[in-house]
This record gives sequence, structure tokens and C-alpha cells, in this order.
Amino acid sequence: MIGGLFIYNHKGEVLISRVYRDDIGRNAVDAFRVNVIHARQQVRSPVTNIARTSFFHVKRSNIWLAAVTKQNVNAAMVFEFLYKMCDVMASYFGKISEENIKNNFVLIYELLDEILDFGYPQNSETGSLKTFITQQGIKGQTKEEQSQITSQVTGQIGWRREGIKYRRNELFLDVLESVNLLMSPQGQVLSAHVSGRVVMKSYLSGMPECKFGMNDKIIIDKAGKGGVTNEAGKSTSGKQSIAIDDCTFNQCVRLSKFDSERSISFIPPDGEYELMRYRTTKDIILPFRVIPLVREVGRTKLEVKVVIKSNFKPSLLAQKIEVRIPTPLNTSGVQVICMKGKAKYKASENAIVWKIKRMAGMKESQISAEIELLPTNDKKKWARPPISMNFEVPFAPSGLKVRYLKVFESKLNYSDHDVIKWVRYIGRSGIYETRC
Amino acid sequence: MEWANQLCENRQFGSKMTDSKYFTTTKKGEIFELKAELNSDKKEKKKEAVKKVIASMTVGKDVSALFPDVVNCMQTDNLELKKLVYLYLMNYAKSQPDMAIMAVNTFVKDCEDANPLIRALAVRTMGCIRVDKITEYLCEPLRKCLKDEDPYVRKTAAVCVAKLHDINAQLVEDQGFLDTLKDLISDSNPMVVANAVAALSEIAESHPNSNLLDLNPQSINKLLTALNECTEWGQIFILDCLANYTPRDDRESQSICERVTPRLSHANSAVVLSAVKVLMKFMEMLPKDLDYYSTLLKKLAPPLVTLLSAEPELQYVALRNINLIVQKRPEILKHEMKVFFVKYNDPIYVKLEKLDIMIRLASQANIAQVLAELKEYATEVDVDFVRKAVRAIGRCAIKVEQSAERCVSTLLDLIQTKVNYVVQEAIVVIKDIFRKYPNKYESVIATLCENLDSLDEPEARAAMIWIVGEYAERIDNADELLESFLEGFHDESTQVQLQLLTAIVKLFLKKPTETQELVQQVLSLATQDSDNPDLRDRGYIYWRLLSTDPVAAKEVVLAEKPLISEETDLIEPTLLEELICHIGTLASVYHKPPSAFVEGSRGVMHKRLPLGGDIGGSPAMGAGFGAAPAVMPASLNAPVGGGLGDLFDLGGVGMPMGAYIPPKIVWLPAMKAKGLEISGTFARRAGVIQMELILTNKAMSVMTDFAIQFNRNSFGLAPAGPLQVLTPLGPNQTIEVSLPLSTVGPVMKMDPLNNLQVAVKNNIDVFYFSCQYPISMLFVEDGKMERQVFLATWKDIPNDNESQFQIKDCHLNSDAASSKLQGSNIFTIAKRTVEGQDMLYMSIKLSNGIWVLAELRVQAGNPNYTISLKCRAPEVSQCVFQCYEAVLKN
Repeated sequence: MIGGLFIYNHKGEVLISRVYRDDIGRNAVDAFRVNVIHARQQVRSPVTNIARTSFFHVKRSNIWLAAVTKQNVNAAMVFEFLYKMCDVMASYFGKISEENIKNNFVLIYELLDEILDFGYPQNSETGSLKTFITQQGIKGQTKEEQSQITSQVTGQIGWRREGIKYRRNELFLDVLESVNLLMSPQGQVLSAHVSGRVVMKSYLSGMPECKFGMNDKIIIDKAGKGGVTNEAGKSTSGKQSIAIDDCTFNQCVRLSKFDSERSISFIPPDGEYELMRYRTTKDIILPFRVIPLVREVGRTKLEVKVVIKSNFKPSLLAQKIEVRIPTPLNTSGVQVICMKGKAKYKASENAIVWKIKRMAGMKESQISAEIELLPTNDKKKWARPPISMNFEVPFAPSGLKVRYLKVFESKLNYSDHDVIKWVRYIGRSGIYETRC
Repeated sequence: MEWANQLCENRQFGSKMTDSKYFTTTKKGEIFELKAELNSDKKEKKKEAVKKVIASMTVGKDVSALFPDVVNCMQTDNLELKKLVYLYLMNYAKSQPDMAIMAVNTFVKDCEDANPLIRALAVRTMGCIRVDKITEYLCEPLRKCLKDEDPYVRKTAAVCVAKLHDINAQLVEDQGFLDTLKDLISDSNPMVVANAVAALSEIAESHPNSNLLDLNPQSINKLLTALNECTEWGQIFILDCLANYTPRDDRESQSICERVTPRLSHANSAVVLSAVKVLMKFMEMLPKDLDYYSTLLKKLAPPLVTLLSAEPELQYVALRNINLIVQKRPEILKHEMKVFFVKYNDPIYVKLEKLDIMIRLASQANIAQVLAELKEYATEVDVDFVRKAVRAIGRCAIKVEQSAERCVSTLLDLIQTKVNYVVQEAIVVIKDIFRKYPNKYESVIATLCENLDSLDEPEARAAMIWIVGEYAERIDNADELLESFLEGFHDESTQVQLQLLTAIVKLFLKKPTETQELVQQVLSLATQDSDNPDLRDRGYIYWRLLSTDPVAAKEVVLAEKPLISEETDLIEPTLLEELICHIGTLASVYHKPPSAFVEGSRGVMHKRLPLGGDIGGSPAMGAGFGAAPAVMPASLNAPVGGGLGDLFDLGGVGMPMGAYIPPKIVWLPAMKAKGLEISGTFARRAGVIQMELILTNKAMSVMTDFAIQFNRNSFGLAPAGPLQVLTPLGPNQTIEVSLPLSTVGPVMKMDPLNNLQVAVKNNIDVFYFSCQYPISMLFVEDGKMERQVFLATWKDIPNDNESQFQIKDCHLNSDAASSKLQGSNIFTIAKRTVEGQDMLYMSIKLSNGIWVLAELRVQAGNPNYTISLKCRAPEVSQCVFQCYEAVLKN
């Protein structure tokens, strides 16, 4: 298990050092500084073995977190723990910076004592940690309060405390997707996938039981089985349901229930959290199509024409559109003409950057540029990096739709209807590239 | 739609936090000042002072002089202050054991506090103080805390048992804490269960023979129930523990798999990987024609792909594991090539790993895509990555024949870029392509020769020289080219020198008339002016060959070369199996067994995958690490000395003829060991166990510096002397060696019992293989039991330990069988004939003192014998039976 945990600043000075196991000595602190932080080359692996001691590290801004061990630990667990540690610290005192760590070192030691025992990760849910690790010191708790804390920390529902009350029960649901594309110059899709997240903010009283439903193909097909033939089923529900390749859930979701019934039920943590992540590769709505045309005019001139077409309902608006057209290294000058938005040649980035604030669906726009080149004797041809694009659209490119989110709280007297629910879809570009 | 942001509290703490000031005091006389402050009457001042002490401790200053003053602050009702003092204690108690005793009273008192948080804090801290005197006092409070009414205290106490065990294992056993810990596995609180599992697993690791976790269908069921309820970390502990269990049959295996698969959707990657480990292991036991087997295979792919969208560090861990999974079960991810395409922003360690997996997944179906990608990568910035990409193109050519032509033309394009390291890397792989597809792509040689001058790396120079030598007849100016290298012969690395020598000899054999001078020159350079023995030897060999028999020289030097294998860098199968059992852990990241990087007794247990579907019938062979292998007696003072002295009376001792020696088989094919082939067998001669080896060098270079080592094994076999290969082993040379073995080496139970893992080293590399020895080698000469003793022992061994086997198609009569068996130290003690059936009673003694008693029933005219074996260590029965079969049938 984890033998020790160190936090360093960018210079390699130790800010926090907590040793859990006897086999980790003080020299381990220095070994990491010398061999990793002060190493001349770039880091080649997040796991380093120095003199039979293994160091796992992650970096947040310029702070290094390192977990140390001499045993054959579960490596995936150590990294998950380090991320979790960052989350916990961030939720206590904000950004992970040298100043914040120094300001809160007592708190950090207290946290490290609680969430890691003999190197074994323990309950690390901020929701419950905040009930008994505070900066104010524990006030005189009653016996009931104490046992409530301990049962929550060790209990089945470690992520939520009891007795939460809100005057207005409200929940916010965000479907955030990033759509990734690699397209050939001829418009053939080489690879495309959507990676999505469902992020919730819930402000609900008591211990509500929630059920989340979406247009998952497997469920819709199961429900629609009665009577409809396969052929018809596809044509009617085909557009409405989507095939999900894989999904993972927050630990509050009952996985065995998902496995058997494919239903997503859970008691939510309080506040903001990520309910699920998913990935789809089939029937993706590609919000934009990029059509490049590059023509070499002699050895010193290049003509580039790029057309973008928006491919969604005309009533919707895409925002923050940016098209980045790479230019050769020996570019001497660029003339750009665009119908919409603003375009600029950025010599330092070797690219023409074309920005459009808003664009409605089913429209098209065009940019043309003349690139003048310096004559070179470099035999190496220009590699023609792909044209990349950034944008934001108010729908889910995977086609995912939230069908329902039901809230049941039997002990308190509010019902599903009383909960105010908000749903929002945001589709963003991931790596959205067209080769030219 | 706007968000109601005001609801989301901003939990930034107020600006009054100024703890950072503690880091800045570096005045002289600081300790003195702190001492005064610690003894102050004001609570606030005290607390401030303790904070300063902790800050100093963090940055590495020695503040142990303040021990008594800090301990004085311990008696407080301020929990924050108490925690700080405890933190200090954990750090310094060891250096001040006598003073640490001062703290004991407070600990004991705190363990009885009304507040469960304080009780837990006390027991948690006390376990971290590694001072003998304190641990004595810890036992009573710990016992109470293990049965505390509050689950928070119990879960803390469970871990504390592991802490105490680390300090004083004997104490934990004597105090019966292990039993209490076992009881906690049935606790009602899932977190207590998880921590108890973690603690027990850790303790069991340092006691490989104990029956601590006692995994059986009932306890497994409890674990699976707790799995659904506990925290993400607890799920990891439980899954890692489950992975150590070996189900009894395929049905149990399937039902566990069914209950573990939901974990594949967990957001925590470690939970997913540990679940994958359990599934990969238990799948081994499922029959391949089962529907469930293919369902399971399909279920594994998506979560593995999803791991690649995690943070980069986790991606790295996942990729290292996927690399193993792809080697073990390529079918899982064969359609997922695209997800391993490198992204521009991936960190370099992720890029390199993805590339590795891409090559493994490359097949005829996806080769076009893969090549297009690799070509893109070859123009990137990072040198290592580009090199690997170029090398990958070559490997694709070797792996997928249909793509070879495209690969070669891609490589030629890359050579045109004239980027130095790209060119060199390309030449190295083209050499391999020539080897794989002779007489196909030699037309490109001209292009390669153009780049001769730019090669500055030994590997590339050697490759180029090899090409020139090999195809000397097609290169008009081959002699000039080689001559140009010869000028700086002594500045070249050995690799290049050796290659140059061989190439010029080849050239001479092909074009003898023009190159006589050149060959003279290189031979004298190699033999007279060089200090390198390898080079000198090779030079002399060529010289002698050429001068005595040029025809033979031609046959040797220009002999047809063996084909090179398609897959390179494959992990050796037994190691791969072991690593699969360690999915998710450091071992799987390093691709090394834990024993390679873990010190001491922990982690040296080698894990193995369970046997395939038809295991049902065979007798119980070690069920996971819980089973107690009774075979391992403490008495290792076996009668067989096996020293070198015995070697000399080899022929002297009269020994019954016909001791069974199995025929030699190939243990290590040349393909897997860079040209070294090892075949061999085991024999027992005059009471000495011998490992008889034939080493053959099928590589092109001379092999020297041989050495051998065994991994720990069931009967403590170890080499009794060094491997006697005194002369270097030239190409195509063979040597027979016999290595005397002793049985006093370190012991570890293997599965199968008679498995032996061997490492052989030479000047090129270290190679691993495993082989199985006939257990009859271990039958000692004084294995004849007294009749009376035999009868008593037979009765004494419980009937459960008896196992019965059939030996089919054996046409010996009972006397012939008896004398044949005697040759292998299986002694007949008595014979009885009942109704035409001969009953032979026999005894065997193993080198480690285990007795095996046997009853062999032979019916005249019936070629099938029945044999009953009785032994206190029934695990050996299967192996003994195999020996009977082998001896009787040979």
C-alpha cells in the first residue's frame, strides 16, 4: 500500500510530507526531488522506480503530488487516490497552489490522517468529511451527532449526509458532450466519437431516491418490443434512441441494477457531481462539415479555400466558432477574405485563425486565402497538418435525450412534481479535424 | 437558461488563514523559543507553537529535542491540537522510545473516550508508533476497539491489526487478533468488511502458507455482497482479494464472474481494472464453447476502451495493462484499433504505449489505416516517438505479408526526408525485412547506400554493413563501401566490428578475386590489433576456415539463415500469466514480477492462472493462496547433499540399472532467446540430481558468460555449482552440460508442483523458461520402509488422503514392474496375491522427507493396473502417479 505522500512546490521544496509505512525513509523525499523534479529531461513516465522505491506523481499547476511505496500496490488505485486527494483539497480551500497549501497545512495533515490509514484509502467523500473535519475545530457534538457522523463515514451512503433541508427542492442536469472527428479531404469520416458527461447539481432535502432515464437504445427496444416488428421499430425509434458504446457511473449509482435492468437509480450526493460518462460512435450528428480546397500555384504561392457548413436545425445557434487553417513554415504573407466573422493570419502559430461569433443551422460560410511562400531549398515537403475547428452548440451531437429524472422521498412530504428541474444540452468540439 | 449559481457555495476559507507564516521562521535559537512557547499557559500560544513545530518537521528540520514539551500538550480537549501532537509523536516516538511511554496513558484513556472519533483516532495513532513498549500497551485497547459498537472504530481497529502485525507478527498471533479480524469479514458494516479484507490480505502476503483468508464459497459470497455496498476503495480491496481465489469448477467461476461484471461500469478506473483482473483470471476456467464465455469477452472491450478517456497517468496504467491483455487474449480488442491512434496532445508516455499496442493489433484487416497513421507519426517532433513509429512500420511489414511492399515504400519515402535518426531507424528495420522476405526488396539497396555517410549510430552502421555483405554480389562497389568502414576500424563499437568482419568474409567468398587484400586486412585487424576476445576468436575461426577449407567456409558463412519470427517483444508465457494475475498493480505497469522490485518476503508468491475447463477431475492442487500447502516441511535438511564432491564418483557407485530418465525436450526455443536453444532433461545418478542440458547457439554471434538460476520451487531445487560452459559457444555450435542440483534452495509451492522456472544468462541477455521435472528424481535411495512401520503408517494416514489412479496398457508382470520401479527408488516392501491379483506394497521417500505409500494391483492378463497412493501431503500424489506411468511404460 501507499507508504508515504509528499507535496512539493515547483522548486522541489517539500510542503507536506506524511509517511505511513516504516519502509519509507526521509531520503525518499530527496530521491524524488533529485530524480524527477530536478531531472533534466521531460518526464517519461508518471511512475518512477528509484532504488526499489516506486514514486507515483501527478502535477497540478506547479505543485507536485507524489505517492511513494515499496510494495506491489494497485497502481490504478494510487492514481485515483491522488486525483481524489486533489478534489478534496480543492473543495476545502480552492485552487491547489503553494500559497493555499502552506496556508492550510494543518488541515491537509488532518485530511491525510483521515482519508489514508496505513496507506489504505478510506472514505474520501467531501460531503461527509466536511461534517467532522473543519477548520473551526469540532464543537461540542452530542452523542447522536457523533454516531450520525461515524455511521455516515462508514455507511453504505458515504457520499450524502442525513438531515439535509432545502426550502426549494431543485435540480440541474447538464448533458455535456465533446464531439471528435477526423475527416479525410474528400469528406469521408475516418473516425468520430462523442464522449459525454451527465453533470448534476442537486439541492434536494432528505435522502431522495432518484431514477434517471434517457433514450438508450437497449431500453427503448425492450419497451417497444410488444407488437412492432424489428423493421418498423428501427424506422420509428431509430432516430429517437441512441446506441451507447459504454458508460461509467458515479459510485452512488447501483451498478448491479444497471447491469440487470439497465436502469440508473441512485441516492444523489448533495451539490455538484458527475453522474455518468458515456461514449457513442454510431449515428453522430456532426454539427459542422469543413470542405477544404488547397491549390499550389507554382512554388511560391498557395491558394486555400475553406467552406464550412452547419448541419443542424435552422432555429439553433452555434457559438464560439473558430477554424484554424495551418500554413507552411515558409509563409511570407497572407491575404484573407471571409464572408462572415473575422480572420487573421497568426505568424507565431503558423495558422490562419477564423472566428465567427454565432452561426445558425443549415447555413454555410466561406473563407479564401492567398498564401505567399518564401522560396526554400528544403526538400522536405510540408506535412499539411489538418484543419481544426472549435465550436459550441446547444444540443447533444450523440442524440442523447433525457427522458426523465424522477425523485422519490418517502419520508419527507415533497413529491416528484414539487422538484424544479432544469435540463441543458451543450455540445462542444473535442478534436475536430479535417485533413487537407 | 441561467444557472442559479448563488446556491453553489464557494467554500473558500476566509482570508484570516495565515498558517504559511510557520514556514518562514528560520531564526537561530528557534528551538529555544519554541520550547518556551510550548510551555506557555495560553492555549492559543501552545497551539501556535505546535503548528510551528510541525511545519519545521515537514521541511526536514530536526525538532526531536522538543519531545517532552510537545507530549505535554497532548492532554487537551482541543481535537485539532491533539491531532497535531499525535502527528509529531508518530514521527519521533521511535527516536525517543523512553519518553514515548509518557504518552501511553493518554492513549489508553482516549481509547475509552465517549466520542467514537477520539477512540478511533487514539487506536489509529497508537498503531503507527513503532515502539515495543507501546505496542504492549496497545493490545488491550485494540481488543476492545475491534469489538466496539461503533463501526468507525471497528474499521480503524481492523487496519490497526495490520499495523501491529508489521511491528510484531508473533504478538498478533499470540493475542488471537487474527481470529477477531476474520470475524470482522462477517461484520454488518461494509467498510469494516473491506478494511478487514485489506488487512488480512496484507498479513497473508507475508505468510504464504497460512490459511488466513480461508476463501471458500461461503466467504466469497459474503465478499460479493459487501462489494455492492462499500466505498470505491473498499471495492478495490475486495476485488483484489477475490482475484486470489481459485473457484472449484466452471460453474462457480461463472457465477462469480456474473456478480463482478457490473463493476466494469464504475467511474473509478481502479475498480474497473481490478474487476478485469478477476474476470481475466476466472475466464480461464470457463469452457470456450459456453455462450457465457463469448458474452464475457464482448463485455470486456468497452470498459477497457473507456479507460483511455481517463486522466493521462491512469491512461498510462491502463495501456500497460491492455498491452498484457492483448497478448493474452488478442480477440478482446481486435476491432478497437482506432482508439489507440495517438492524439497530438497525448503525453509522450501515453503515445509510446499506444504505439506498442497498435503494432500488436495490426492485422491484414486494418493494416492500411495503421500504416497511414504511422506515416503521420514519423513526422512528429519527439525523437523517441518518431524512432518507434519508424520501427513499427518495419514490424508491420514483417507481421502482415500483404503490407510488406507498402511498408517498404513508406520507409523509402522516410529515408528521402534525410532526417538523420529517421534514416538510421529505417535502415535497421529494412535489414529485418530483407531477412524475412529474401530476394524481394533488394532493389532498394541502391537508395540505402546513398545514405551510408550519414549513419553514426552503431546499430544502423552494423545493419548497413550486414546488408552490404549479404548482397555483395549485387552491389558493384561493395568492396569500396566496406573498405571505407575499415579505415576507422578501431574506433567502431564491437557490434560494428564483428559485423564488418563477417561482411568482408562474405564478400571474399562471393568475389574472391578482387578482395583478397581486403580480407587479409580485416583478419589481421581483428586478430592482431584487437583486445576484444570475441572479435579475435571470430577472426581466427574465419581465418582458419578460409585457409583450410574454403568450401566448408562457404557452407558456414553463407549458410541459409533461419527465419525471423513475426511477433517480437512478446512477454514470456509464464511471466505473462503471472502478470495477468497482477492486473492493475505496479507489476503490470513495470511488466515485471513483484519479486523483481519488492524487497523481503512480500509479493514473492508467484501467482498463476487457474487451469482450463477440465480441471474438475484432478485432485485438489492448491486452492489459491489460502490453501495450506502441507508439502513444505520445515525440515529441509534433506539427505541428499549434492555437492561437487559427489560428482567425482559418478561411475563408481553400483546402481541398479534402469533409472528412468525422460527424453530430452526443447525447453527454450531459439526464437525466444535470441538464438539460444536449450533442451534438456533431469536424471538422478548415484544419488545426485542432475539437470542435463544441451545448449545450441543458433544465432550469428558467439555466446559467452553463461550462468543459470532457478526461481524458488516446491522442493527447493537449486544449482549446486555454476553452469560449466567454459569455452564460448560459437554460431551453430552445441554443447552438453550436466548441472548437479541440490535440494536445499529456497522453497515455494509451484503449480504444478513439479514446475521449475529457470533463468539462463549469457552475454546477450537473460532468458526465462519453465520446465517440469519428474518427481522420481527426488526419490531417495533410502526410501525402503520397514514392514511394520509401513503397516502402521498406512493405517495412520487418514483415508481422505488416499487417491486412486489407473495405469492403462501396461504389459509387465508384477515382478518385472517391481524391479523396474526399484530402479527409480520405488521400493517394493511386500507382495500378496489374492484371487489371481498381485498386490504390491511400496514405499517412496522424497528428498524433503515426505513418505509416499503405494498399493499397486496387477491382475494377470489385464493391462490396466490400479494404484492407490497414500501420503500426508496428498498434493504430491498426482506427480507420483505420473512417475509410475512414465517409469512403467519406458
